[in-house]
Amino acid sequence: MTNLELQRHANEVRKGIVSAVHSAKAGHPGGSLSAADIFTFLYFEEMNIDPKNPKMENRDRFVLSKGHTAPGLYSTLANRGYFPVEDLLTLRKLGSYLQGHPDMKHIPGVDMSSGSLGQGISAAVGMALGGKMDNKDYRVYTLLGDGEIQEGQVWEAAMFAGHRKLDNLVVIVDNNGLQIDGKIEDVCSPYPIDKKFEAFNFHVINIDAHNFDEIRAAFKEARETKGQPTAIIVKSIKGKGVSFMENNAGWHGKAPNDEEYEQAMKDLNAIDETLKKAGEN
Amino acid sequence: MSDVKIATRESYGNALVELGAKNENVVVLDADLAGATKTGTFKKAYPDRFIDCGIAECNMMGIAAGLATVGKIPFASSFAMFASGRAFEQVRNSIGYPKLNVKIGATHAGITVGEDGATHQCNEDIALMREIPGMVVMVPADDIEAKAAVMAAAEHEGPVYLRFGRAACGLVNDFPGYKFEIGKGTVLKEGKDVSIIATGVCVEQSLKAAEALKAKGIDAEVINICTIKPIDKDLIIKTAKKTGKVVTVEEHSVIGGLGSAVCDVLSEECPTKVKKIGINDVFGESGSAGALLTKYGLDADGIAKSVEQFLS
Repeated sequence: MTNLELQRHANEVRKGIVSAVHSAKAGHPGGSLSAADIFTFLYFEEMNIDPKNPKMENRDRFVLSKGHTAPGLYSTLANRGYFPVEDLLTLRKLGSYLQGHPDMKHIPGVDMSSGSLGQGISAAVGMALGGKMDNKDYRVYTLLGDGEIQEGQVWEAAMFAGHRKLDNLVVIVDNNGLQIDGKIEDVCSPYPIDKKFEAFNFHVINIDAHNFDEIRAAFKEARETKGQPTAIIVKSIKGKGVSFMENNAGWHGKAPNDEEYEQAMKDLNAIDETLKKAGEN
Repeated sequence: MSDVKIATRESYGNALVELGAKNENVVVLDADLAGATKTGTFKKAYPDRFIDCGIAECNMMGIAAGLATVGKIPFASSFAMFASGRAFEQVRNSIGYPKLNVKIGATHAGITVGEDGATHQCNEDIALMREIPGMVVMVPADDIEAKAAVMAAAEHEGPVYLRFGRAACGLVNDFPGYKFEIGKGTVLKEGKDVSIIATGVCVEQSLKAAEALKAKGIDAEVINICTIKPIDKDLIIKTAKKTGKVVTVEEHSVIGGLGSAVCDVLSEECPTKVKKIGINDVFGESGSAGALLTKYGLDADGIAKSVEQFLS
């Protein structure tokens, strides 16, 4: 897929995030938007999946360890064809299958229920271990927040993955630099993130979260890395794509009101126009 | 009752080996306690299906959850304190909520942990685990039942918590026609004056107490409840109607355990006076298992005395 196509898909994913959270009047737009390009690359290019057969036995697995960014995952799954995009507007509403945090029992394409921080990575490690035990060639991807890695369980899981040389596992850390209470380095700094994963016997790659060339190269490098798991630390912009949400911790877990929603969609439509022009050139 | 004495943790290890031969999807996880939880016997038999997670119980529960999503039947093993206590939220959210097919083998439960003392004597695990929607909770009373419970847990689709003890205990289920079924209790001795409903190692003590009570003219019915959840409502109501007085016995807090589960049933369906024998909202202490059972009124003498007082 070309970068332009990926960018277009990512922008649709972002629109879905903003619309879903606006409709829900609650949810987590900041970290969903920061990870939108990663979600898009995983589901539109990297992973061996089939939206028509979400439980395909040898599919690649994805665990959203930072489960609060469910709007990002749901919007990606919807845009990829797992379920209707219109359903995003039922997010968090009573009776909807689109629960506030990922629910594997009811949402097509969700491989693991998650949301309590630090737990998803362990499940991903279990999936990767199971693949190794059965000599299967599926790969396992898990996305963590940079605040989430303050949870001790993350490092229990990392130690195990490194020890077991799980080279079918890719841990992605969305380094948008902000958590609920402020900047991660002010709250309780997890830096240096790369050195920490290196110390746990990971192959570590640092990239720009919004550059598809770098994203593509990193996942290729991860696939070619043998004998150790890979951690990709992606430097991102929280709220990416919506002008007033960018780099603002206040948009971690807040829904836009009607006026803000209009502005956000205006921003994203403007990106569409830019991409359209880029396509014509 | 025969003279054979075996700790249910031993039975757990032996049953896992048997199960491993029957079902290649069975995998066993431990957190550096394989010698004590007795999963070491499985490790020896099936090293490729044994996963030592190191001293990291929370991660172990998550790994077990992940393994279950790809078709394995994981038995995640540790001491009850860590399996149900430290990793409670992992069990709830990563195993219980998605209803994954993980079996939790928790050994060293209750006061009979003995010398290690209060930090390792988990008297709260039944309460914690039975709160989780969909979780099956079983507390086998002897070697025979422990093995049967492990086999039944493997057949059952969904999360199961199995509670085993450290101390050796005698057989109570060595009678002809013994059959195990999840959710079914067993009348081990018929009686008409009082119903003693017990679980785990307290079943053997309760049978002995019933013998002592007989000499005093009290005819006690003794019921073994292995499955605390889902509990055998019919049997509990039936015995309560028969004797009109119920005593529960467990090496667990009187808050939230078997006694509470029995009261939940009776208060709604058949209001009956109930005496709960267990750990009375205190922490334990170091001592031998036998000495602790005596001190906390959970040996045959203590149970008999409490029953007598309750009836007078």
